[in-house]
Amino acid sequence: MGAKRRFKVWRGDETGGDLKDYEVEVNEGEVVLDVIHRLQATQTPDLACRWNCKAGKCGSCSMEINGTPRLGCMTRMSTFTEDETVTVTPLRTFPVIRDLVTDVSFNYEKARQTPAFAPPVGVPPGQYRMQQVDVERSQEFRKCIECFLCQNTCHVVRDHEENKRAFAGPRYFIRAAELDMHPLDAKEDRKEYAQASMGMGYCNITKCCTEVCPEHIKITDNAIIPMKERVVDRRYDPLVWLGRKIFRRDQLDGAGQAAGTPSLVGARTEGSEVEQHHGLNWHREIPPPQAAPVDETGRLPISEITADRAGGPSPFGDDQTFPLPPEGLNYAHPERD
Amino acid sequence: MTTRIERHHYDVVVIGAGGAGLRAAIESRLAGKKTAIISKSLFGKAHTVMAEGGAAAAMGNVNSRDNWMVHYRDTMRGGKFLNNFRMAELHAKEAPDRIWELETYGALFDRTKDGKISQRNFGGHEYPRLAHVGDRTGLELIRTLQQKIVSLQQEDKAETGSYDSRIRVFAETTITELLLDGDRVAGAFGYYRETGEFVLFEAPAIVLATGGVGRSYKVTSNSWEYTGDGHALALRAGATLINMEFLQFHPTGMVWPPSVKGILVTESVRGDGGVLKNSEGKRFMFNYVPDVFRKQYAETEEEGDRWYTDPDNNRRPPELLPRDEVARAINNEVKEGRGSPAGGVFLDVSSRLPAEVIIKKLPSMHHQFKELAGVDITKEPMEVGPTCHYVMGGVEVDPDTAAAAGTVQGLFAAGEVSGGMHGSNRLGGNSLSDLLVFGKRAGEHAATYTDALPTRPRVAQSDLDTAVETALAPLQRDGGENPYTLQQDLQAVMGDLVGIIRRKGELEESLVRLAELRERVGKVSAAGGRRYNPGWHLALDLRNMLVVSECTAKAALEREESRGGHTREDFPSMRPEWRQVNLVCSLDGDKVQLEHKPLPKMRPELIQLFDRTELSKYLTDEELAEFDALAEEAAK
Ligand SMILES: Cc1cc2nc3c(=O)[nH]c(=O)nc-3n(C[C@H](O)[C@H](O)[C@H](O)COP(=O)(O)OP(=O)(O)OC[C@H]3O[C@@H](n4cnc5c(N)ncnc54)[C@H](O)[C@@H]3O)c2cc1C
Ligand code: SF4
Ligand code: SF4
Ligand code: FES
Repeated sequence: MGAKRRFKVWRGDETGGDLKDYEVEVNEGEVVLDVIHRLQATQTPDLACRWNCKAGKCGSCSMEINGTPRLGCMTRMSTFTEDETVTVTPLRTFPVIRDLVTDVSFNYEKARQTPAFAPPVGVPPGQYRMQQVDVERSQEFRKCIECFLCQNTCHVVRDHEENKRAFAGPRYFIRAAELDMHPLDAKEDRKEYAQASMGMGYCNITKCCTEVCPEHIKITDNAIIPMKERVVDRRYDPLVWLGRKIFRRDQLDGAGQAAGTPSLVGARTEGSEVEQHHGLNWHREIPPPQAAPVDETGRLPISEITADRAGGPSPFGDDQTFPLPPEGLNYAHPERD
Repeated sequence: MTTRIERHHYDVVVIGAGGAGLRAAIESRLAGKKTAIISKSLFGKAHTVMAEGGAAAAMGNVNSRDNWMVHYRDTMRGGKFLNNFRMAELHAKEAPDRIWELETYGALFDRTKDGKISQRNFGGHEYPRLAHVGDRTGLELIRTLQQKIVSLQQEDKAETGSYDSRIRVFAETTITELLLDGDRVAGAFGYYRETGEFVLFEAPAIVLATGGVGRSYKVTSNSWEYTGDGHALALRAGATLINMEFLQFHPTGMVWPPSVKGILVTESVRGDGGVLKNSEGKRFMFNYVPDVFRKQYAETEEEGDRWYTDPDNNRRPPELLPRDEVARAINNEVKEGRGSPAGGVFLDVSSRLPAEVIIKKLPSMHHQFKELAGVDITKEPMEVGPTCHYVMGGVEVDPDTAAAAGTVQGLFAAGEVSGGMHGSNRLGGNSLSDLLVFGKRAGEHAATYTDALPTRPRVAQSDLDTAVETALAPLQRDGGENPYTLQQDLQAVMGDLVGIIRRKGELEESLVRLAELRERVGKVSAAGGRRYNPGWHLALDLRNMLVVSECTAKAALEREESRGGHTREDFPSMRPEWRQVNLVCSLDGDKVQLEHKPLPKMRPELIQLFDRTELSKYLTDEELAEFDALAEEAAK
């Protein structure tokens, strides 16, 4: 019943690949994801593509359609002319796994480095009181479906692998903003943290992220700019800044800690900016000393059922993976000197 | 066998990263257990993300007369008294705490004027009871739990230096088999979707939270993940399933364009004034009010229309009948040739409300139809039809501990994959709260179970070899059928023969057709390699869909009455003697066995929450006599 349309779909994996041509039937009312599914069902069952809800709610089906980052399930075929060839490629900013599926673990790593909600001390569950107007600002950012289109689009990391380490990306700027605007969040330095450790300084407010957001979240206007503005205020006002610092200190040592609030310590090494360099690195980060993971009796756990990892703790600290990243090492290669 | 298998050791492995799975994992980690979370899709994408309406909990924020007893009554009524009473009781009692707890994890629900969590009305709930965030409550729930897990990982990192030391998420990993040591759970075997490499999780306790089975139907609001994996894994491990004949068909799914067939149109469209019309432009629901509801529903359009503004002096329009009634009515209109061009009926708000009001009250529906169907619902009617939405049936569990019944030990189940809580029909909003209440219980009791174990169960090499072989079979086979064709055929059998309205002859035929499909699925082959190969993944899922479909078809044939999500044309009414029976499925070799099992009996103080006239619609004469005796005693 439908007409044949021409498609180019990127096929391949991390070793390389190219655009393959397909002719495929398209029916009235279909979206790009339907066409991908038809290709799977009729021509190439192993074409890899993520999806879940088909209604723009889960953020799985992100891809680049004619070069624009979009959700496959929300891109209607009627937006193209009949004789137009539709080109579908994987997200460019993330490493390809296969075909349209990319390795988006970058985003989950950044999510883990963003300090979590700090519940207000002394407010028991059921006693949280907030006004609708006060939660609405944060609610806008909580609409995020984690499609990572904004992350994919941001020029700071698109084609700039080297910035990925220091830059959390727009998705996590809105997370920081959301918590900053949360009426009951107990952590006071979200803005400073975003500036110092999430790489917000790299953002030059191009608004490309806002343009591609399928949830129409005003990422730049409502999150990044307010976060930057006030950081600037605080930075340029040494008194306010100093006051905050002192306040932070005793919060860290006292109340915040007692309530089990995650402190910055865990995330300290992550976001900080380390330059690419060769040879001697005086600024390398010294790994923090670690306590052995003992149980309540103060002993190392022996049974595997109760141990929190297989085998004993590493003498070098459990967060070291080998080989160590070269930029953290003091080694000068003779030929490069 | 030379296949490389990655091995992991955990105390508790949670299969499923929806609301139930994440809540279970949090509890197990808080109990100090080393916990793994496994999910077929990426972290945070599970089906729970799609829930719209809200989570039911009798917090009494909007109407202070609400309490757990009222919620309990509503739940039992909704399930037509087939619910496991203890589960319904625990659910009603614990739901508020579970919701409040989410706020301490950072959730931001919509608020009332005095700053509490706002609650909305929903079908079957006596008072406004659904905690919600616009129409994206599921997203809020899953994101909150996801972020709580991240926060626990941050604590662990601060303490041990590694995020993953106590709780780790294995995304895009599918479990294909549970491995036992005797009757005890010893591990779970599966593959990474990304690489196709195999992985073995050795663990003494496993929590199933894999969701539902809707993908066996062509028209469904469910995603590709819903292939009944958990149901099938449990069966194969020696657990039992109950209530598999009960499937909820939501009356209003989109039917056009074909690509979005099944996607949900929220109940609030009707709640806010939308009406259902057939191709002749007639509001047909007035012809479908069953006798038991006759008194509560309007008889004329005028009266129905007045209800929206004056609910105290008018009866509600029949468009707001329970989901099963509306679904059946639409089905019948279409069958008798009064359907819309795309095979549904018309749902119209455009002629009832001004455009601004529609956009304000139903923003996401307006957006959804505009983006997906190119229909402006402020100007034209929508086309809608029934869509397979939720499976009430699932793993038979102990209500307090969520431990699976049957021969297996160390297996727990929570969420949509478990059965009993919702009886024959689930009320909207009761699922999200169910996930939290029983997810927590499952995680807690899985942790306790591992403490009591004298030795750690071991995985047998031979079982592992078999699991590998089964998983690789579709790739190694040549010339078998395409998995997509088989899936379509299975969907056709289930949709046509085990659909909303069921008949003896058709159900019998479905069993014959399913047996044929079983042969064909045994020979399915998948082209391509092991890396992210959806054809291969589907080929492996088919086996689960098939066995679960068989359970549904068998139980549907056995139950000779109509109740909630099970309608038999040849037995159109509810029969009290069937209310005392649960149909229990188990697996003998690869054959599905069906048994009758008596329903647990409600405790006296609970049954006395109902009045006699209501009970008389559901109970047998002996049960009523017993109730009267109780009432007499209480009166003394
Ligand atoms: C459109 C829609 C709207 C809804 N609206 C509401 C509502 O308003 N209120 C309400 O209460 N309920 C609602 N529901 C129902 C509710 O959303 C679901 O019942 C509930 O989310 C199920 O949660 P779960 O935790 O059991 O499973 P899910 O959230 O479905 O998660 C299942 C998990 O198991 C994983 N999994 C499955 N199989 C395997 C395997 N073999 N190996 C590894 N992992 C596996 C999946 O990857 C997934 O992570 C709605 C449902 C739909 C479809
Ligand atoms: S506004 Fe900032 S975060 Fe957004 S795309 Fe531009 S540089 Fe990136
Ligand atoms: S902010 Fe928008 S674009 Fe970015 S991940 Fe969230 S929904 Fe996607
Ligand atoms: S499939 Fe869920 S957003 Fe496209």
